Amino acid sequence: MADFLINTLGLPAWLAWTVAAVVAAVLILHVIAGGALVFIWAERKIAGRIQDRLGPTRTGGKFGWLQSLADGIKLLAKEDLMPDGADGMLFRIAPYVSFCASFCAFICLPFAFDVVGQRLNVGVFFVIAVLGLEVFGVILAGYASASKWSLFGAMREAAQVVSYEVPLGMCVVVPVMLAGSMDLVTIAEKQAGWFTNWFLFHDPFTFVVFWIYVTCAVASVNRAPFDLAEAESELVAGFHTEYSGLRWSFFFMAEYGSMFLVSALAALLFMGGWNGPIPVATLLGLSEGTGDTAHYLVRLVGLANLIGKATLGVLMMMWIRWTLPRLRIDQVMTTCLKYCTPLAAAMFLGAMLWQIALPGGLVPVLHRPAAEIREGWLPGPGGEVRARDAVSTGDAVSTGDAVAAKVAQVGS
Amino acid sequence: MRGPGFLEQLEEALPGAVVGRNLEAIDPWVEVASERIDDVCRWLATSSPVRFDSLQCITAVDWCEPDPKKAAKVSWQPHLEMVYHLWSTPTRVSLVVKTNLPRWKADVPGQPPEIPSVCGVWRGANWHEREVYDLSGVWFTGHPDLRRILCPEDWEGFPLRKDYEMPLDYHGIRGK
Amino acid sequence: MASMVDDDPRIIEFDVRTDEMLVNMGPQHPSTHGVLRLVLRTDGEVVSEVEPHIGYLHRCAEKIGENLTHRQFIPYTDRMDYLAAMNMNLGWALVVEKLMKYQVSEKARHLRVLITELNRIGSHLVGMGAYGLDLGTFSPFLYAFREREKILDLFEEACGARLTYSYITVGGLTADLPPGWLQRCEAFLGQFEPIIKEYHALLTTNAIFVKRTANIGVMSPDLAIEYGCSGPVLRGSGVDQDMRRDGEAIYTAMYEGYAFEVAVMKDGQYPRDREYPAVPADAVLGDCWHRFFVRMLEVVQSMDLVRQAMDRYSACNGPLGEPLKLTEKMPAGDAYLETECPKGQMGFYIVSDGSAIPWRARARSSSFSNLAVAHELCRGCLIADVPAIVGSLDIVMGEIDR
Repeated sequence: MADFLINTLGLPAWLAWTVAAVVAAVLILHVIAGGALVFIWAERKIAGRIQDRLGPTRTGGKFGWLQSLADGIKLLAKEDLMPDGADGMLFRIAPYVSFCASFCAFICLPFAFDVVGQRLNVGVFFVIAVLGLEVFGVILAGYASASKWSLFGAMREAAQVVSYEVPLGMCVVVPVMLAGSMDLVTIAEKQAGWFTNWFLFHDPFTFVVFWIYVTCAVASVNRAPFDLAEAESELVAGFHTEYSGLRWSFFFMAEYGSMFLVSALAALLFMGGWNGPIPVATLLGLSEGTGDTAHYLVRLVGLANLIGKATLGVLMMMWIRWTLPRLRIDQVMTTCLKYCTPLAAAMFLGAMLWQIALPGGLVPVLHRPAAEIREGWLPGPGGEVRARDAVSTGDAVSTGDAVAAKVAQVGS
Repeated sequence: MRGPGFLEQLEEALPGAVVGRNLEAIDPWVEVASERIDDVCRWLATSSPVRFDSLQCITAVDWCEPDPKKAAKVSWQPHLEMVYHLWSTPTRVSLVVKTNLPRWKADVPGQPPEIPSVCGVWRGANWHEREVYDLSGVWFTGHPDLRRILCPEDWEGFPLRKDYEMPLDYHGIRGK
Repeated sequence: MASMVDDDPRIIEFDVRTDEMLVNMGPQHPSTHGVLRLVLRTDGEVVSEVEPHIGYLHRCAEKIGENLTHRQFIPYTDRMDYLAAMNMNLGWALVVEKLMKYQVSEKARHLRVLITELNRIGSHLVGMGAYGLDLGTFSPFLYAFREREKILDLFEEACGARLTYSYITVGGLTADLPPGWLQRCEAFLGQFEPIIKEYHALLTTNAIFVKRTANIGVMSPDLAIEYGCSGPVLRGSGVDQDMRRDGEAIYTAMYEGYAFEVAVMKDGQYPRDREYPAVPADAVLGDCWHRFFVRMLEVVQSMDLVRQAMDRYSACNGPLGEPLKLTEKMPAGDAYLETECPKGQMGFYIVSDGSAIPWRARARSSSFSNLAVAHELCRGCLIADVPAIVGSLDIVMGEIDR
């Protein structure tokens, strides 16, 4: 977009970049806020259906589709309370810390091939790191609330974060290793084609890793059965016991934003990102670069694909939440540290060995994209790499890929 | 509660403790001396041929008629009756132990009469005795933590006494 | 000796011991089943002491009982265990009948069994659903309430009330069943029976549920008996006692001719009259899981009893009989009777001076004794276990505070 502003409108570079950044930020903000509205409504409807109820039915005419907006207005109008003993500044700042962390992680989340706020060559790392910051908001909130229940919630969150971050990181490393890049766009690109190309079905180890990732991701967004920080039957409302009104809703939006984020990340890392299960575009000959309309159409379908997959993930989390009882804090730590971590490590090792022993995989691949460039250190099947594919990924911003492309060109 | 043989054993073990009995009542009962209630209960719970291992209920019945006209007609002297309902889990037999207390200690109104606590026999007696103290005003000596349980800590009087007057005001809350 | 202590690696743990914290759980707390207040002394997440404070719902029911006639007191018993008001009504009605040596008609007897057992199902459904809430799962609660709603509909048809029935009264019942009621009840049982499997799937056999309840709050039979615990709490510890079978003659006579097996683990086995989920390997007799499971078994047991009662009731041709007059005089004397209510043995004690108004009305609450043991069970558990343990005792504050 910045390029478009500079080249077509002739804006100075700094202005062009600022405008582009603002547009991207506003768009992402609306994705989160709008997404939260939709998901809160969906959660209420789904919870209702799971529990043999109807959920909201009236607000906004049919299906209560305006319910979350009405709730939002109610929250705006609510009195903002702060306990006397609270640490004012930290108390006020905490929800924004949470929200900003969730929001920032969206910056480098690609929604389709080049529909991304800022493509980073360390995208995975950035998302995981920034998402981890969300916890600070929770801990701050619990610490600053001057309530014992909040403090319990915060301490639980702190204990929980150290236990799920380790296996989560290990799970994320596996697709990174398979793709040979930390760039989310590259990782998703390498899963293009039929759904058998998805890293989920790459080998049995990645399949297991995916489920470990799901477990840890649910834990990372504080959803049942891992919602210990807010455990309403034990800690009243945990870290947000003392929050009300808009501040509380920021925690809520952060939670729903993170839910969407980890689901989108799962889609990108394991389920082909914006690539659908069947490469319709390729089969119809609409692959990239055949024309402007086709170009945008492919992006649009990709966008729908990714959002669809992420929504599926969110729905699954809702389904889990309304079915299972809550674990205890020691059980969460046991699950994450004692079972998930060694399992993830073993799967990591397994995926690596598989990669060496059976680089082509077991499933015959119908349309294999330029997935075989591995930062120059592992050759593709038969040791040769096709130059055209290499170049097509080589025009990425990622320096790693540029190097790989050069290596590939030299090799051919 | 199986016939007189059982009672004789009790009298033999604790001479002078049993002061009355009624085996023809709907729930047959024995009356014991109030200051020996803990000994009797301990014997019943540990040494008796029928082990009364469970305390079901402690009740204080206030025999007092506040209306002087009616009081003139009644046949009994004002007193407080303590009723212990015991249960034997293995044999599924129940027993009622009664004992009489003066309404007030040394006849000073407001001074609860004293009776030995049976908390040492059944730990479950703890709350029951607290409740009796709270509502009927009986002081259980030897109770580990005797304080009000249902009424607020600063409540005055013992509501289940027949001559109890509801306070007109409690922290600004109208009583009557 | 001193050097040995210094070398002890455990000593470090004591050095870094943190300060203890006093936390008030309740009276306004989502999982204290009403207005129970628990003062927790905690060291981090570990609870070192729990002290229950009760009395927030105290309504002087016993004092009220001294100012009303025996039958007028029935509505006040409704408000004790408001989840099983029929059973409360029955307890009071029976103790007055015991004092008056009154016997109800055969038809009324079977109708009483029918209605109290149905209420037992309703009460256990709430206990089960609320226990799910305590453990953080919401859906079983609504599944339980969906079925309980149908029981309440049946009660509403029979007596006009959905919560405080005052249906069973001294000398019988206030009214006979409306026509077609038995068919609707049978229809309810028919559709309810398969649903129990759902509850087992959602809770009883759920891995997380088992993890949260098995081997938590283990109560030995001796402790249970010493504290006067009763009902599923007692039977969950493996004590084979059920007042419907072991109680006094006037109460057991009600169940004469009824076939039922007390839901208790005998020789390491629960009754196997139907296909029940197996006891998980982690569960220890007397823990939260067993207390919960006994309730689930009793739901099935009560269903069978309701069916038997329906058969016997419809076989009775005689009249239902009229309840006693409100001002019917009682003989002087006293009587005590414990009945098997869903929460445990509810005892009523009545002292009469010969008038229609009791000299003393005493209610011995099962939840009162069951809650008194909570501090023993919660010692050394985690904060998250406190709702799990208190929930497994299935208390009702209306009955504790009276």
